[in-house]
Amino acid sequence: MNLVIFSGPPSSGKTSIILKTIEAMRKRDLQVGVVKFDCLSTDDDILYEKAGIPVKKGLSGALCPDHYFASNIEEVVQWGRKTGLDLLITESAGLCNRCSPYIKEIKGVCVIDNLSGINTPKKIGPMLKAADIVVITKGDIVSQAEREVFASKVNSVNPKAMTMHINGLTGQGAFELSTLLYDEDRRLETVTGMELRYPMPSALCSYCLGETRIGEAFQMGNVRKIELGDMDE
Amino acid sequence: MTIDQILEKYPFAMSYFVENKLDIEDHKEKTFTEFLDGFTHEEVEDLAMDKDELLENLEVFINQMKEFLGIKEEVGVRSLTILPGFDKSGQPEGFSELTIETSQVISIVGPTGSGKSRLLADIEWTAQNDTPTGRSILINGELPDKKWRFSSNNKLVAQLSQNMNFVMDLTVMEFLQLHAESRLVEDIEGTIERIIKAANSLAGEKFQLDTPVTALSGGQSRALMIADTAILSSSPIVLIDEIENAGIDRRKALNLLIDEDKIVLMATHDPTLALIADKRIIIRNGGIAKIIETTEEEKEILHKLEKMDTYIQEMRSNLRNGESLTI
Repeated sequence: MNLVIFSGPPSSGKTSIILKTIEAMRKRDLQVGVVKFDCLSTDDDILYEKAGIPVKKGLSGALCPDHYFASNIEEVVQWGRKTGLDLLITESAGLCNRCSPYIKEIKGVCVIDNLSGINTPKKIGPMLKAADIVVITKGDIVSQAEREVFASKVNSVNPKAMTMHINGLTGQGAFELSTLLYDEDRRLETVTGMELRYPMPSALCSYCLGETRIGEAFQMGNVRKIELGDMDE
Repeated sequence: MTIDQILEKYPFAMSYFVENKLDIEDHKEKTFTEFLDGFTHEEVEDLAMDKDELLENLEVFINQMKEFLGIKEEVGVRSLTILPGFDKSGQPEGFSELTIETSQVISIVGPTGSGKSRLLADIEWTAQNDTPTGRSILINGELPDKKWRFSSNNKLVAQLSQNMNFVMDLTVMEFLQLHAESRLVEDIEGTIERIIKAANSLAGEKFQLDTPVTALSGGQSRALMIADTAILSSSPIVLIDEIENAGIDRRKALNLLIDEDKIVLMATHDPTLALIADKRIIIRNGGIAKIIETTEEEKEILHKLEKMDTYIQEMRSNLRNGESLTI
């Protein structure tokens, strides 16, 4: 089995891109399945089901979804193998733009959209910078110039990645992406022992543990204060 | 090499530092490695930095840009050849070979969903009998360089369509400056001036450099997009998906693209546009059913249509100027 990890900001078009890409792979007689990771809720699994794609969803609830991903990816891989998949795609939203669930040796795809603004590539951390393939969506509604500027900004934060423009509505470009995802010589049996490409942030404070009250007295653990300068000025 | 030396040799490296939010201003006498070593462990974690990758990527980035600048000087794309494949039912396409040269306009007609997107994707991906249609694409009569597929700075096709908008919160001036910088243009001011002049000659209403791009009218936006694509875009092929017949001189717009040595493909059902092309591609059921050369009779029809068009445009501008219309 092959594993590909998709991630990207909410509403950037990940699900549409994955659906169109799997559609383009149909003729190759490959069994493709998806596991969708999200935080509070998702209905994307219904979209995959409708398309006849084996799908599971994992909601992290009160946990950070990327931490949840890292603790569950091995089980997910084993589900994929048991289901007889040739290719397993995981989809997760980068909620704080910092984390990324990419694993060394496993192909990572970041989906971002042209509408998110030209400063977005600068703001996204390892989720964009450590991806192997960057898919840029929603190019059909912005000008050619903005597409070029956006792509060049992506290129300057991640020059090694291959950048592709895909239209999630018409599927233009999805076939091309589909040719890059599956390697028939690759047989993945487990991800145990592999490493994340970038460490998750350290965050363990009283609020992580359920504290709701505001005030210095309730702040414990890894706490940092905002710098506002001299208040007397 | 110190950062100062890097910047002197490769001025474009500045955008790498800026986009990666590396404030090198007070550290130019250091090497990049020394600069990165100046960050504490905590800072590295806070900024989600990856030092090794930043080092490695700078080299990749500089090499890419060098190559990109080199390409500009080379002879570009002179012709595009499409070799036939099959339609959705597996029937061979109805042509043997189509070669389009720079400054040529070809129109594409066919109902929605007939396969226009696929044709365009085949061109963009420089298909080599490895897409669902089985078509092959040649550039300058030869097998295309892989860079057209994989490099983000060298895209073969630029697109202009009806639904496109400006979304950046910038003035016309800032916008063009940004685009010119990303294309590593040397004479930025001169280029901007040319674009503005060209855009204003296309649009019914002229616009100023300090107008926000999002505040332009439909016609002005289209004029600016076309002028910018003609003069600044890196892509040698331009696909136009209908140009609305409002607030813009479409004939002039096409001429501008032609003058800038673009290969123009135009998906349209508007006869005044479709007949300007020497040939038109008929798409049906996912394949090219046939290629028709525009006949002398059709050129005559075009002539008539253009007269009507001019008449309508005149009335439009009279209305705009607050005049009463007379026969």
